Amino acid sequence: MKKTLKIKRFFEGISKGLSTFVVSATDLLFGSLQKLIGVKGMPYFFVLPNLLIFGIFILYPVLLNFVYAFTGGPSFFPDERPFVGTGNFERLFACESILQPNSCTEDIFWRAVHNTIFFVIFQVSLMVLFALITALVLNRKIKFRGFFRSVFFYPCLLSPIVVALIWKWLLQDNGLLNGIMTSLGFSRLPFLVNAQWAQFWVIIVSVWASMGFYTLILLAGLQSIPPDLYEAASMDGANKWKAFTKITMPLLMPTMLVVIVLSLIRAVQVFEVTYAFTGGGPGTATLYLVQFIYNYGFSSPNKQYGVAAAASLLMAGVLIVLTLAQFAARREEAY
Amino acid sequence: MNPILEFLTRKRGRKKLLLSDLLSYLYLLLGVVFMFGPVLWLVLSSFKTPLEIVRFPPRIFPYRQQTVSIEGNEEELPLFTVTMENGITRELAQVRRIGLEAQMIDPLDPSEIVKVPIDKRVPVEKISFDLENYITGANRFNFGRYLFNSVVVTLFATLLTLLVNSMAAFALSKYKFRGRQTIFLVMISTLMVPLSVVLVPIFLVITRVGWNNNLLGIIVPVAATPTGVFLLRQYMLTIPNELMDSARIDGASEWRIYSQIILPLAKPALAVLTIFSVMWRWNDFLWPLIVISRSEMFTLQVGLASFQGELNVQWNLILAMTVLTLLPITIVFALLQRHITTGIATTGLK
Repeated sequence: MKKTLKIKRFFEGISKGLSTFVVSATDLLFGSLQKLIGVKGMPYFFVLPNLLIFGIFILYPVLLNFVYAFTGGPSFFPDERPFVGTGNFERLFACESILQPNSCTEDIFWRAVHNTIFFVIFQVSLMVLFALITALVLNRKIKFRGFFRSVFFYPCLLSPIVVALIWKWLLQDNGLLNGIMTSLGFSRLPFLVNAQWAQFWVIIVSVWASMGFYTLILLAGLQSIPPDLYEAASMDGANKWKAFTKITMPLLMPTMLVVIVLSLIRAVQVFEVTYAFTGGGPGTATLYLVQFIYNYGFSSPNKQYGVAAAASLLMAGVLIVLTLAQFAARREEAY
Repeated sequence: MNPILEFLTRKRGRKKLLLSDLLSYLYLLLGVVFMFGPVLWLVLSSFKTPLEIVRFPPRIFPYRQQTVSIEGNEEELPLFTVTMENGITRELAQVRRIGLEAQMIDPLDPSEIVKVPIDKRVPVEKISFDLENYITGANRFNFGRYLFNSVVVTLFATLLTLLVNSMAAFALSKYKFRGRQTIFLVMISTLMVPLSVVLVPIFLVITRVGWNNNLLGIIVPVAATPTGVFLLRQYMLTIPNELMDSARIDGASEWRIYSQIILPLAKPALAVLTIFSVMWRWNDFLWPLIVISRSEMFTLQVGLASFQGELNVQWNLILAMTVLTLLPITIVFALLQRHITTGIATTGLK
């Protein structure tokens, strides 16, 4: 006991000494910098590191993406790429009808667009519905609320590859689910081999992996509704259903809006989980937009950077509209 | 009403458990099965033997055949329950199998060899959480190396994120300077453009900087998170400026104000950002996948993805390594769950 205390003191002493040293050393260094550039210059010094990283690794690539989108050829280096104007976009839109991917030059792009729209519609509505129900249930006077909340949130912590492996293991031909099916007297189902089933499970898995996050936001929204409103309503003789439709839903609406827009933005960008889970297959059944961009830019043998960049600009356009909607929703929430 | 049922359904305040309460608990119970069942199934399966893992329909618990060591045999012998011709069952160990016949011995009396048709014996099995898969897997999977890389990336990326984001947030919240609005707006607007959309140009930048296959390539580019700046700035706005003014009168430098006054006061926001950053970096998959191609630089996530492709069929090892990969973040979550869930609820970030 005494010994551990001594060791603890020793380490405390070291860490204290070290931090005093760091503080006074940096103070000396940046204090003299301040003398050099003046108090007015210091804010620039403070934003500089962040701005440098941000500029080089985010802003510059965003701008470069425009260069790729308007140039053609197989070269990876922008200065070797000939300007083609809107050629890449024209190529993407070279269709008899965009409703039929087979009639397009870039048929896989349109398949990815269709898949993404299908995925977004079903995934977002399922997720918002279940996140709302879960939040409403968790907001009741229930026992072990903390435990249940954690259980629903836990899958959000898992990495995409872990999520994918967990579900692949569950759904494979000899997996648990098929085991349950056969023991109930049904035949085995081709969960990951059949296109429709794969599309279905991709939605379920992505809801599983991210629902907890939206549940937490909705729960926070529900808990911010003042309880005396409900008391007043019940004194006025309103029943539970009326209290729900007249108090809970209207007051939760701003949070709901944020949740809907956030989940829309995330759903449009779906990639990591599906990449690890189905790899876009079978065929192109679960190939979504970001994976199309990834495939064209990184994994296909004849890489078409221009087409990939053009597709990513189109997608960024959609995302910007959605994000502006989110800001509008947040502003509404603030009032 | 049945008094026992009445007792069981009694609640404080109200007399009886309402139907809606029952439905709530039912929903939560189903929720637990749906949310946690797949993970539990993964963990249980990760202890199964290669034979057990391909068994269909699968059994829930990881059974393992019992073995005994008998003098004169180098390896442990598998135990079987054998139904003899006279109808008596005996527990015998199998020495070898020849065609449809097994040569077996009684562990208690190893001198005599009994010949048994193989369809008359049933393996003696016991639920066992043997670590064999974990040990074999860790040897082939280079777990230590990947873990080391993941820890290095998570640790340094988080420290760097905290430092550069808090400095920027300090400048953006506490000073009026030319370009402040522009910087803030540009940062916020790139919140909209996810990394996944600019994969090709960002890869070009990494190549030009020479950070392919370098951990720096997955530590630095993601450090300047606009979300982090935004979160910290909003928090620092609530810290009164008077504190800074009085420190200035006492002759403190701006850096001293930042490091000695603002940072300690912003601890709650820094804690939330730390949690997020650890979660983001630990689970990063797409970015390391693009930047890193040499296996000794793999993080756990990329390593697991390539391990899965490489072995393809050996599920028992893949599952064990998956459990090892999710273990660290699960432990952190178990310890900090309250802080994590409330942090997310109040900031709306993930």
